[in-house]
Amino acid sequence: MKLKIYIYISLCYFSVVLISCKKESQLSLQKVEATTIPINPDIVEDSSIKAFLSPYKSNVDKEMDSILAFTPRSLTKKDSKYNTAIGNMMADAVFEMANPIFKSRTGYSFNAVLLNHGGIRSSLSEGAITTRTAYQIMPFENEVVVVELSGKQMKEMFSYLEYGKAHPISGIQITLDKDGKLKEALIQGQTVLDNETYFIATSDYLQKGGDSMTFLEKPVSILNLDYKIRNLLIDYFKKKDTIAPVRDNRFTKDQE
Amino acid sequence: MKRREFIKNTAAAGTLVGVGGLSMSTLPLETKKQITILHTNDVHSHVEPFPSNDPKYANLGGAARRLSVIHNIRKENPNILLLDAGDMFQGTPYFNFYGGELEFKLMSKLGYDAATIGNHDFDNSIDGLAAQMPHAQFDILSANYDMKNTIMDGLTKPYKVYIKDDVRIGVFGLGIKLSGLVNKRMYKETIYLDPIEIAQDMTKTLRDQEHCDIVICLSHLGYDYRNKEVISDLNLAKATSGIDLIIGGHTHTFLEKPTIVQNKKGAFVLVNQVGWGGIQLGRIDFFLDGGVTTNKSVYYNI
Repeated sequence: MKLKIYIYISLCYFSVVLISCKKESQLSLQKVEATTIPINPDIVEDSSIKAFLSPYKSNVDKEMDSILAFTPRSLTKKDSKYNTAIGNMMADAVFEMANPIFKSRTGYSFNAVLLNHGGIRSSLSEGAITTRTAYQIMPFENEVVVVELSGKQMKEMFSYLEYGKAHPISGIQITLDKDGKLKEALIQGQTVLDNETYFIATSDYLQKGGDSMTFLEKPVSILNLDYKIRNLLIDYFKKKDTIAPVRDNRFTKDQE
Repeated sequence: MKRREFIKNTAAAGTLVGVGGLSMSTLPLETKKQITILHTNDVHSHVEPFPSNDPKYANLGGAARRLSVIHNIRKENPNILLLDAGDMFQGTPYFNFYGGELEFKLMSKLGYDAATIGNHDFDNSIDGLAAQMPHAQFDILSANYDMKNTIMDGLTKPYKVYIKDDVRIGVFGLGIKLSGLVNKRMYKETIYLDPIEIAQDMTKTLRDQEHCDIVICLSHLGYDYRNKEVISDLNLAKATSGIDLIIGGHTHTFLEKPTIVQNKKGAFVLVNQVGWGGIQLGRIDFFLDGGVTTNKSVYYNI
């Protein structure tokens, strides 16, 4: 008896003529079939793989399952447009946790935070937040860097953000008009001045041109805080009992 | 002459059977062969099923279950190629703790034949990738990453021809543009070459010199982009010829079924991708016969 462990998807037939230039081969392609097999819980796990994984798993689990905080509801980066609760949480965490470090080194604070939507690597599940959660959201080894941007570079940043993707921001307020054009862009409630410079905390990945954020590549000055974003999140979760971020009006688009 | 008549007749019978929707196994072809391609992409270190509290993929996936599925298919048809389209690394603490060793060891145990390199496979830098190569008992195929001046020199191949039941299957790998996506200090002196030009060189080599019956592109370019200027699997399929199947990755695209694209010579190319995280396994079955005709019909039952 063969276990029926996959769903055979047979949707439609396509009859097509393929002109082949293959003269040497004795074989010719006659038919192609395709199925997608879901790897679902009904499938019995191969015991040799389970046994192989077991020592690795217990070692990782011990470290990862310590509870740091709680969250009352599940959040994903696709929950809403322009800004998301999970993205706001990340940007605000960087603002709160990294600014004291920056200030201790420079004597002043940075103005805002910019991360990238694609860098939110996992959703946040309702219930306990553990060390594992921080690894899921931020599996990469990226660190916080603070760049000093000119007014011109700030404007490049706003025109990048005008595209409307919900990149995590903090300390920045953006409004698009009903056609999706930039209507207002503020940093700490102020409009950007050409002859002023601004300090933006971001990740070393984005600063080096990741996600095509080229306006970060040649800042006026740069300071690496040697603080991994994942460790920052772990510290942030430890500091808070409950993580309940909300979508707010930091990035909005006018209604039709 | 008589034999040729016979083949012609059975090919005609095949038309009826194909349209009628009956199984190929009823066809009385002498040299009928079946090659099964199994594939994953963007597994991202999900060696275990997703946790039970995951909002989207609770309890799905896992290498141990994937092997059970592969075992069952191998019992049915031993002529299997098992392929991965890159981003094997990064996404669970297993990567942070063990640097990819576990992923490569598991893929070897599962019997993978080949994989291509995804952008996240550079996440511990090219040195981190090279360090795990002793654990990979499968080929790393990359035709458009020139790694001559890196530690990976000699550890990858542009393509490989796999022979299963006398069927020659040519597989080549294509990677995504790294600048803007990966820090240069991670990929170092890896040179990205134009995927479309390289794909044409590859299909020429695989068809004309290696006399392949099936040509597969293992791609980490991404399925499709809003900006059509960005090279994707769909525009690669359109802009080239000689490829039968593109197994894609990078965009974590869940396709209900493979997309059929017409290539620049009007022939059909299948483009497939199975999401990410190992929650699905793609399966493409190629049925071949011993015909010597140069013009022929192919039925896509997808």
